[in-house]
Amino acid sequence: MRRRSWRAFRRNRLALAGAILVVALGLAVALAPWIAPHDPLRGNLAERLRPPGYRGGSGPIYLLGTDNLGRDILSRVLHGGRVSIALGLLVVGVSITLGVTLGLISAYVAGFCDTVVGRVADVLLAFPYLVFAIALMGLVGPGFLNLVMALVFKEWVIAYRIVRSEALTLKQAAFVEASRAAGASPLRILFRHLLMNVLPSAVVVATLRVGWVVLMEASLSFLGLGIQPPQPSWGVIIADGRDHLFRAWWISTFPGIAIFLFVLGVNLMGDGLRDALDPRLATERIPE
Amino acid sequence: MVLGVTFVVFLLLWLTPGDPVEIFLGQTGPITAEEIARIRREFGLDQPFLVQYGRFVARALRGDLGTSIIHRRPVVSLLAQTIPATVELTLFAALIALLVGVPAGVIAAVRRRSLLDMAGTVIALAGVSLPGFWLGLILVIAFAVNLKVFPVAGRLSFGTGLVPQTGFLLLDALLQRKLSALVDVLRHLVLPAWATSAGMMAMTMRLVRSSLLETLNQEYVHTARAKGLAEHRVILAHALRNGLLPVITALALNLGALLSGNMVVETVFGWPGVGRLVVQAIQTRDYPLVQGGVLFYALTFVALNLLADLSYGFLDPRIRHGRE
Repeated sequence: MRRRSWRAFRRNRLALAGAILVVALGLAVALAPWIAPHDPLRGNLAERLRPPGYRGGSGPIYLLGTDNLGRDILSRVLHGGRVSIALGLLVVGVSITLGVTLGLISAYVAGFCDTVVGRVADVLLAFPYLVFAIALMGLVGPGFLNLVMALVFKEWVIAYRIVRSEALTLKQAAFVEASRAAGASPLRILFRHLLMNVLPSAVVVATLRVGWVVLMEASLSFLGLGIQPPQPSWGVIIADGRDHLFRAWWISTFPGIAIFLFVLGVNLMGDGLRDALDPRLATERIPE
Repeated sequence: MVLGVTFVVFLLLWLTPGDPVEIFLGQTGPITAEEIARIRREFGLDQPFLVQYGRFVARALRGDLGTSIIHRRPVVSLLAQTIPATVELTLFAALIALLVGVPAGVIAAVRRRSLLDMAGTVIALAGVSLPGFWLGLILVIAFAVNLKVFPVAGRLSFGTGLVPQTGFLLLDALLQRKLSALVDVLRHLVLPAWATSAGMMAMTMRLVRSSLLETLNQEYVHTARAKGLAEHRVILAHALRNGLLPVITALALNLGALLSGNMVVETVFGWPGVGRLVVQAIQTRDYPLVQGGVLFYALTFVALNLLADLSYGFLDPRIRHGRE
């Protein structure tokens, strides 16, 4: 017993560390307009490619150095994080809502509706995530809203699959039968019983997927298919530094570290949430 | 399923705004409307949607994916030329992931709750939290730019005397018995393979750990211990053999993930594979080439998933009998 509680404690400590990471980064990024030392878009050409810790003639220190246009990397990483994290939250929020709704309806109504949505989901799952997103962004062109749509297009399937299979099991459960026998309306069963019972899984999946979407944003923006410069996002800044790897390692390095810390925090938090809320959910098997 | 995939692939690019003919001709200077119409006819772009789709499928079945607008060469030959590079990188990355991931998972499971286990857990989570292409850039900065121990990009240096035959350069070097070329190819492979394998390495480690922990609790393992076998024999000969099952079944899925992750990493390392080809094709709006490339990825992905499903029953008779 002591062993088990010790394990739970250790797990929670990691989850707690993750939560602290996410909150700290979230706060820094949310407060970017007030705490960023420089303008993220306006550079000073006299201060191009300065190394981290460079102190110019006047004004605040360039803590993480400057890029090829003399823009402050720290300020760009802070402002870029707003875009990357907002995108992650938005994509996952919309996808989870869509996935949970369709998953519940599919499981509860069954029949034709289930078949159609299921087929669409199957075909979407047949594409590797990144390949699909790259092709779709090539089609609709870059930009924030296009990126949201392109990612949601595929992302909802993950919540849909999990929610549908859980709801199918729940539908047969004795308490749902009892409720139906007692004369509860279908809507009441859907919302009161099914929705409330799939929510823990949905929360766990949503948490873990935010990290994934942030990684996708980075890949797509890096290829020039996501967020468009000069607007910074973590992926855009990494791309900015690509041509200057030989002279200015810091441009690409720091936004990557920001991504890494944020995604690591989200994953630690998600794992902890899973252990606490829904230990049976095999998150290793969530498709890529 | 396959038909669904081809349909989506076709639909994706049919809907694309921007006229490929204009892009193609944009490079040759001003051109007459008749000229544009002629080229549209040549590529079949003047036909209705379903006709174009029907032609696409019928030709694809015959192994003809059309002609690249930019390269002016059959898409199939462009793919055939780049697939070996992508497959070689993917398999090499998978090999690294398994060679590191499996032992690490075993150690974590055996030394459960030790500092080593905890460090492993955090490192594994870190591995899946990194963008692979960014890791690639960092590796380039560290090992290619600063330490100069590995090349920055490409698959092969000039002057090795290696004649590409199969397209799999490792195989070519072995067949032609050119040791220096083999070393050169390996040196080019290390960094991109490392960058792509991080995620799979982490997944493998977590999977081995959890699966081995499960098997270590089985009765036959207790029996083996009771017989007085040495602990390392109990673990390696008895527990691990069953503990590796989920790793093997996950292998196909992991290969699919590696393959698509490679798209961006190939771009970073100038690796002449399918991923870089498709990314360039998207940037130049080369429809047929994008279609062919996406189709290649999707079909490989479907095949790998099927393989994963089949391998469950094949490797674990309990599942096969359970279904009957």
